[in-house]
Amino acid sequence: MSNWLPKLTYRVWLVWRRNLEVFRKTLFVNFLPALLEPILYLAAFGLGFGALLGSSTLPGYNESYIQFIAPGLIAIAVMYGSFFECTYASFVRMYFQKTFDAIIATPVSVEEVIAGELLWGATRAAINGTIVLAVVAAVGVFSKPLVTTPFAILVPIVAFFGGLMFSSIAMCFTASAKTIDFFNFPTFLFITPMFLVSNTFFPLAVAHSKPLEAVALAVFPLTHVVDMTRALMSGNIGSLAGLNSTAMWILAIVWVAIVTLVFFVLAIHQMKKKLIK
Amino acid sequence: MNSSEVLIKARGLTKRYNHLLAVDHIDFDVRGGECVGFLGPNGAGKTTTVRMIYCFLPVTEGELTVAGMDVKTQEREIKRLIGVSPQEDNLDPDFTVIRNLQVYARYFDIPKEESSKRAMELLKFFSLEEKKDASISELSGGMKRRLIIARALINQPRILLLDEPTTGLDPQGRHIVWDEIRALRKQGVTIILTTHYMDEAEALCDRIFVVDNGKIIQTGIPKEMIKQYAGEDVLETEFDEAMVQALKRELPDAEVEVYGDQVRVYAKQHGTFEQIIKRYPNKTMTIRNANLEDVFLKLTGRKLRE
Repeated sequence: MSNWLPKLTYRVWLVWRRNLEVFRKTLFVNFLPALLEPILYLAAFGLGFGALLGSSTLPGYNESYIQFIAPGLIAIAVMYGSFFECTYASFVRMYFQKTFDAIIATPVSVEEVIAGELLWGATRAAINGTIVLAVVAAVGVFSKPLVTTPFAILVPIVAFFGGLMFSSIAMCFTASAKTIDFFNFPTFLFITPMFLVSNTFFPLAVAHSKPLEAVALAVFPLTHVVDMTRALMSGNIGSLAGLNSTAMWILAIVWVAIVTLVFFVLAIHQMKKKLIK
Repeated sequence: MNSSEVLIKARGLTKRYNHLLAVDHIDFDVRGGECVGFLGPNGAGKTTTVRMIYCFLPVTEGELTVAGMDVKTQEREIKRLIGVSPQEDNLDPDFTVIRNLQVYARYFDIPKEESSKRAMELLKFFSLEEKKDASISELSGGMKRRLIIARALINQPRILLLDEPTTGLDPQGRHIVWDEIRALRKQGVTIILTTHYMDEAEALCDRIFVVDNGKIIQTGIPKEMIKQYAGEDVLETEFDEAMVQALKRELPDAEVEVYGDQVRVYAKQHGTFEQIIKRYPNKTMTIRNANLEDVFLKLTGRKLRE
């Protein structure tokens, strides 16, 4: 077991700082899409699709369609930001740029390189989530208010830890990737289904299927991130599989904590095996 | 530091990848201030050996110490003493030339001001000052190689590992790199280089280890090895059975060897071939000084596998 636990020092942050510095150099390309995408979704789904539903509120949620999808957009930005950072971007740094090999020749260890990448993935998720939160709040000024509780200030924290979870899962895929095209599998078979059915664009309760709700809670990490984000923005975490709101909160926090810890350790272990033969 | 002190010591050093024995129970010592070369064909185990020295690859079996420290337990301390110039280009394409050095310095905990100072000195030494703010993609192959070596020196290492420092460079780029390596040698840096170029080993190394199939098959000083194994002069000509017989008859003291469609004759004495050339004026024959390539061919008994 002690073999599994990575030995980490402050050097993790040296790797993190390298990525932050590159990010800051390319701020414009990084910021603009993150800013525009949620506006497009809010316009198309919230104003367009939402108009079809009229002023009716959604089952289980005392809110309109545009209010329902706003937290989903934040959580999706968190998922995309961290997942793609630690799959495609990490793979490019590892495989094409050999950046990891270069750093491992210094006193920084391979475990610290991977941990730095994971923390950076989480940071990108927090940055993306915060940008979308700001956009959503701004759009809310012109339509219905989309942020109704002050707890929304805590959304970046959920974004960071949700991002750390997605980064860790992503890095496990990176450890098994032989070519960059391999990422098509997790992207289309894991990320896209989650994007669609994690309480993002419709309340899972409308399907009247307890098994579906249980599956979404058990295997779709995004569900928990969406639910917590929504609770911080509107005060309502909703109810799935018959759980009350306290149980929903406890499940979300414990679930994300355990999955993050397991995949964080696993990701470092698997990447070490891949890089050091 | 005593220059005769053993800095790197390997005993029974072995590396196995699944079923492949890449490095097979080798013993060697490297002393402070030496420039030693691992010379051998691709796949001989040179890079694997170097990677074990800088703790990149775990040792399968045997003992390997750097400055008295065990590579298995004191990785960080060892990596602090070593500068690595790897075979492949792993400069950071996301940064400019000078940032490559400064960001790398940070991994060694070198303070910002000190790293900026060292980076400028290194760029000056490697004549890259003008490219200070250029991006990596703007550099030529030779410039990239020199920047990699500059980066390897940012932590002022006691030991510099150069894994095939001139592979892929044009002749001009090669000679610039050679001059710089010689200058570093003069400054007392201990250098270990790998190469499959015989002339490179001959030009730069105090001592060489000839490696093949994971084993060190010969150790020595280049000049002495040439004298011992290949002699002074070498005559080269196209293969022709009658000619081979004639050469053997006329030069009983010389060694005649056939490599494919080429014949090489090794002579211990300088000037041995002068008469022969005159006697066979319509044959194309070349006389040259013996070099390490001849030694290698003699030792391995075959052409280099490229």
